[in-house]
Amino acid sequence: MRRTLAIATLFCSSTAFAAENTEVNIAYLEFVPPKPPLLSNILPPPEDAGLRGSELAIKDSNTTGRFLKQHYQLETRVSDSQSELLQQATQLQARGISLFVSNMPADQLKALSARLGDQALIFNAGSASDQLRSNSCLNNVLHTLPSRSMLTDALGQWLIAKRLNKWFLISGDKPADKAYSAALKRSAKRFGGKIVEEKQWSFDTDLRRTAQKELPLFTQGKDYDVVLVADELGDFGEYVQFNTWLPRPVAGTQGLTPVAWHRVVEQWGAAQLQSRFDKLTGRWMTNKDYAAWAAVRSIAEAVTRTKSNDMNTLRNYILSDQFELAAFKGRKLNYRPWNGQLRQPIPLVHPRALVSQPPQEGFLHPKTELDTLGYDAPESQCQI
Amino acid sequence: MKTLNAVHAFRHALKPLGAALLLASTQTLAAVAYVSNEKDDTLSLIDLDSQTVIETIDVGERPRGIIFSKDMKYLYICASDSDTVQVMDLSNHQIITELPSGEDPEQFALHPNNRFLYIANEDDALVTVVDTQSKEVIAQIDVGVEPEGMAVSPDGKWAINTSETTNMLHWIDTKTHTLVDNTLVDQRPRHVEFSDDGSRVWASSEIGGTVSVIDTDSRQIIEKLSFKIRGVHPDKVQPVGIKLTADGKYAFVALGPANHVAVVDAKTYEVLDYLLVGRRVWHLAFNEDQSQLLTTNGVSGDVSVVDIADLKVTKSIKVGRYPWGVVVKP
Repeated sequence: MRRTLAIATLFCSSTAFAAENTEVNIAYLEFVPPKPPLLSNILPPPEDAGLRGSELAIKDSNTTGRFLKQHYQLETRVSDSQSELLQQATQLQARGISLFVSNMPADQLKALSARLGDQALIFNAGSASDQLRSNSCLNNVLHTLPSRSMLTDALGQWLIAKRLNKWFLISGDKPADKAYSAALKRSAKRFGGKIVEEKQWSFDTDLRRTAQKELPLFTQGKDYDVVLVADELGDFGEYVQFNTWLPRPVAGTQGLTPVAWHRVVEQWGAAQLQSRFDKLTGRWMTNKDYAAWAAVRSIAEAVTRTKSNDMNTLRNYILSDQFELAAFKGRKLNYRPWNGQLRQPIPLVHPRALVSQPPQEGFLHPKTELDTLGYDAPESQCQI
Repeated sequence: MKTLNAVHAFRHALKPLGAALLLASTQTLAAVAYVSNEKDDTLSLIDLDSQTVIETIDVGERPRGIIFSKDMKYLYICASDSDTVQVMDLSNHQIITELPSGEDPEQFALHPNNRFLYIANEDDALVTVVDTQSKEVIAQIDVGVEPEGMAVSPDGKWAINTSETTNMLHWIDTKTHTLVDNTLVDQRPRHVEFSDDGSRVWASSEIGGTVSVIDTDSRQIIEKLSFKIRGVHPDKVQPVGIKLTADGKYAFVALGPANHVAVVDAKTYEVLDYLLVGRRVWHLAFNEDQSQLLTTNGVSGDVSVVDIADLKVTKSIKVGRYPWGVVVKP
């Protein structure tokens, strides 16, 4: 009873920000690509990864918003048909929505970006494509999910700091695996790692039965300090660890993994975000959940500081020096003005613990060490 | 009842003689600092004369905020993961009761009336007000996301809560227990501290890297402090705990992972010095005559002692894992 009373008074007596109600409508668009069969399918990723993160951020923002007379609402569209999703996006835009969170691969995101044009601000929470951050620049897109090269640079820095310089690289044959392995090679060049052997995994045996026999032979070769795996969907990579010819650590998409987010991240108040997410969903918060959360929170932060819901005002503020987002990674985050990528530390985790959170100390940068991860201004052709 | 008391007494008798003697002597002589160890579920008690840990006491899970009752009879402990506020009898260090605190209590503040406890419930976006005498929840007030810092003004009129993700100070009228105003500050406000005369409020923003000084009457920011330490990236300068000396001379600000405490001229707001303490410095407390400042250093698991006359760190004392709160009993 008392509580209801308190809320009622709160609405009519908040004086500092008394203003008209600000309505902020955000659309969450997800393209569900077909799922290929996987060898390691014991622990499937949650089907609503991404969506639940944006829902939590809407909830967080509305808790804040009631003191400022802001109200946030999420429209959700999920489809396995690209054309249907584009049509839905157009309809939403026609209804006046200009803020979008996208959870889709690079090709679909490019189509979406082209369709919505400059009357939209899209947050990419679904594609780690380096191309989107370096040469296929999309003016109406900001990226909250780290790019592949941010991930591999984080891992690369840690490996070099540990003097694990000789890398044995195993890549899957899917395009995403090749992109991840290309990012690893770029990181090797950047930080002085040496790829002593590179192999492609194309076996079609069932590794759950034979990993013990196949992998030792497969990982025979020159001496190496670490085995790096590029297997984004988890086809064979889970079986590499403890089965290598030489007793060496495994890292990359399996083993020690660079991520945007993971349940084991608990410092800097992250424990609170984790428990809010757990309460809402009953599961762990994933990379895409985090990226979608950061997208909606970026919008809300800009709305709060600019007191506006105008897309262009928000975009300008978000890309300005003043913008700062507290996102549970131990320092304020902001966006790279050239390619719209959210700067962020990258946790290195194994399934039960955080190992490190690069940028590693000693990797210096004239502006911010966060820009030692991923495509820095001079390396990117983007000028969004 | 009688049997219970007897058992109690028996247990006491079994305690190591040395500790018991030490305890008896400290109660009359030296001041004792109580430190909550977040990851050990214990309190470390430091004798401030010998500057050593004299006792470690098991308490509830994830103890964070700790405060004394105004009459120094009790210690209130936010046992965050036990979802309760424990009450410890200071005469025998027994937990005598628990108060309904709402979920995940983190920080709290006691009203000058020595009765109303204002508790920030971090997971529920609530401030819970508990009457420590009747042990009843007398109000719950909706605030922003992740309420953290709590303070009550010296005149008892205001309770202020900070919400870390909403980035505001929420002003609660203690007569009506309603929220009447909000002050927007920089990212992740962690702690609020009233000046002794109640006219100013100091609020730290951990991720924003600033401390806002707010005028209590207008509830507007009148000054914003930032900090610069040679060799430390500005993003790692993260203000958390604040303490103001009663003579109005200094403000001390714990700067988290920058591993320093800033010394600020409380009148001119000029930063006078940075003192190197342990790693990830968290909260602060004075001894009674304010000749010493104690800091809890979360990552290094110790407490640093600062001599205020010289503004020098004189000692570091190993305590439990992740020391969080600290209070000093004269």
